[in-house]
Amino acid sequence: MAAQRFWEHKLARFGVIVLVVVTASVVLAPVIAWHSPTEINLDNRGAGLSWSHPFGTDRTGRDVFSRVLHGGRVSLLVAVVTATLAAAVGVTVGAIAGFYGRSIDTVLMRIVDIVLTFPALVLVIALVAVMEPGIKSTIIALSVLRWPQIARIVRGEFLRMRELEFVLAAENSGASSRVIIVRHLLPNVVGPVAVALTLLMADAILLEAALSFLGLGIQVPEPSWGNMLQDAQSINVLENLPWMWIFPGTFIIVTVLAINFAGDGLRDALDPRSDHG
Amino acid sequence: MWTYIVRRVLISIPMLFVISIIVFGLAHFMPGDAVAAMISPDSPAADEIAEIRRGQLGLDRSVMSQYWSWLGQLVQGNLGFSFITGDSVTSTIGARMSATIILMGSSLMFSIVVGVVLGVVSAMRQYRTTDYGLTVLGFIGLSVPIFFLGLVLIYLFALRLDWFPTSGIGAPGQDRTIISTLHHLVLPGLSLGVLRIALFMRYTRASVLEVMRDDCVRTARSKGLHERTVISWHIVRNALGPVATVIGLALPLLVSGAIVIEQVFQWPGIGLLFINAINQRDAPVIMGIVMLSAVMIVAVNLLTDIAYSFIDPRVRYD
Repeated sequence: MAAQRFWEHKLARFGVIVLVVVTASVVLAPVIAWHSPTEINLDNRGAGLSWSHPFGTDRTGRDVFSRVLHGGRVSLLVAVVTATLAAAVGVTVGAIAGFYGRSIDTVLMRIVDIVLTFPALVLVIALVAVMEPGIKSTIIALSVLRWPQIARIVRGEFLRMRELEFVLAAENSGASSRVIIVRHLLPNVVGPVAVALTLLMADAILLEAALSFLGLGIQVPEPSWGNMLQDAQSINVLENLPWMWIFPGTFIIVTVLAINFAGDGLRDALDPRSDHG
Repeated sequence: MWTYIVRRVLISIPMLFVISIIVFGLAHFMPGDAVAAMISPDSPAADEIAEIRRGQLGLDRSVMSQYWSWLGQLVQGNLGFSFITGDSVTSTIGARMSATIILMGSSLMFSIVVGVVLGVVSAMRQYRTTDYGLTVLGFIGLSVPIFFLGLVLIYLFALRLDWFPTSGIGAPGQDRTIISTLHHLVLPGLSLGVLRIALFMRYTRASVLEVMRDDCVRTARSKGLHERTVISWHIVRNALGPVATVIGLALPLLVSGAIVIEQVFQWPGIGLLFINAINQRDAPVIMGIVMLSAVMIVAVNLLTDIAYSFIDPRVRYD
């Protein structure tokens, strides 16, 4: 039922197809791209589009096509791992807060409030500055930033279900708290958490891009969509080598857009009463 | 009502206290040493000079004592002194404040006005081509990295067409006038504002659709009021209350966006100051800016909650 509704959502179908294509091409980057993403060729600096270099070359003669595909691996990896970590922490904290309530709930939700008080980029930048810059610190900072949103959703759902009959029945039949949480309650939050996670992944790609653009995220020579755009801070590159920044930028937009479409379809499919147009 | 407001204010105080500990901790555990970076390692007695400088900056004291003296000054509005320039952090931030407020304020106005208008249009044409097209455009607005839009605008309107300057807040060597500031503001302001239209459009659309189903609208229609009067007087006016609270939601996004956009356009505001401070490990400046942004958001959330309780008496105070 839900799967069918999802597939009938035109934008969601488009999003999923685009995502499959993008994911497949970045995962298979070593097979598809015939140039190395990091090999420097000073005889072929800033070359325009050609059959050999479909997206041109950058200021040191590296193949932009290959860098975009390999950069996509890093950007998508950061998004997926961030979503997984944020989900693990967020679901655990949210479940504990919502199930046990009382002072545990108050303390945990205050922590959530505090993290949510900082503007996203301010907190992420302050966090990566404490660590060695790179993939690991980017993922940690983004996960620290985003788990509270998942925790809030899970806690809300748990509070709502806490007094429902099926939970009380399970309690009275002697089921342990752990069994009630894992077997009875958690399956009911899979939908809302899945929707939140798709949006979180879209957001993680954008934040990684911003962070790397500022030089604080993924470090060169390893390419990511964000740090490839860093070169465009030079007016010379911006004006004369537009292929160096247009392609990674377009890949970010198309991927994030596809994830957002898929997330919208997922929300409509899981909650047919909702009206999002 | 008043107990509700007082309670909300009182809850913020311990929260701000915990935030101050986090901010201080982050700055304290930042690797790299601003003092060592200031002194040339070739100079004779570099170690001794560094030691003296640390003593002057109070860095030789215990962490707890450093925190308490920082907090003590903080509540009096003194954010300390920059490790790099030695200037007061409060006045450094104050000097940059106007540029950031101009940038954020103008782009917020822009996105509210355009977003509300498009949201009303979208709701009036629900499920028609216009509505569908605006929804898709809204999705695109949420998917474009803000700095990428900035780069595209510089490429098109500054480099190709040469209509606007590429960066800065005024032409070098000339006095800043209102005209020249506005001329420099157009591109960064648009970059920051255009993408947030989507946010206001979405909320306005949902809010208008909800009000349209309301009894007061049916009454207005059935007593024969002109459709235009119904839309402007009954629907839009009632729909704007909830939209006002979106401003509180948009503010953190605006701050994040301003950091990147100030970097792209070298706009001399707080965002640019923040990135420079991070690169120079200038802990007092970093702490000052992070703390300021958190306090600002706590305050705005408080104000929106209170404002909302005035607008909508159904809000429960317990």
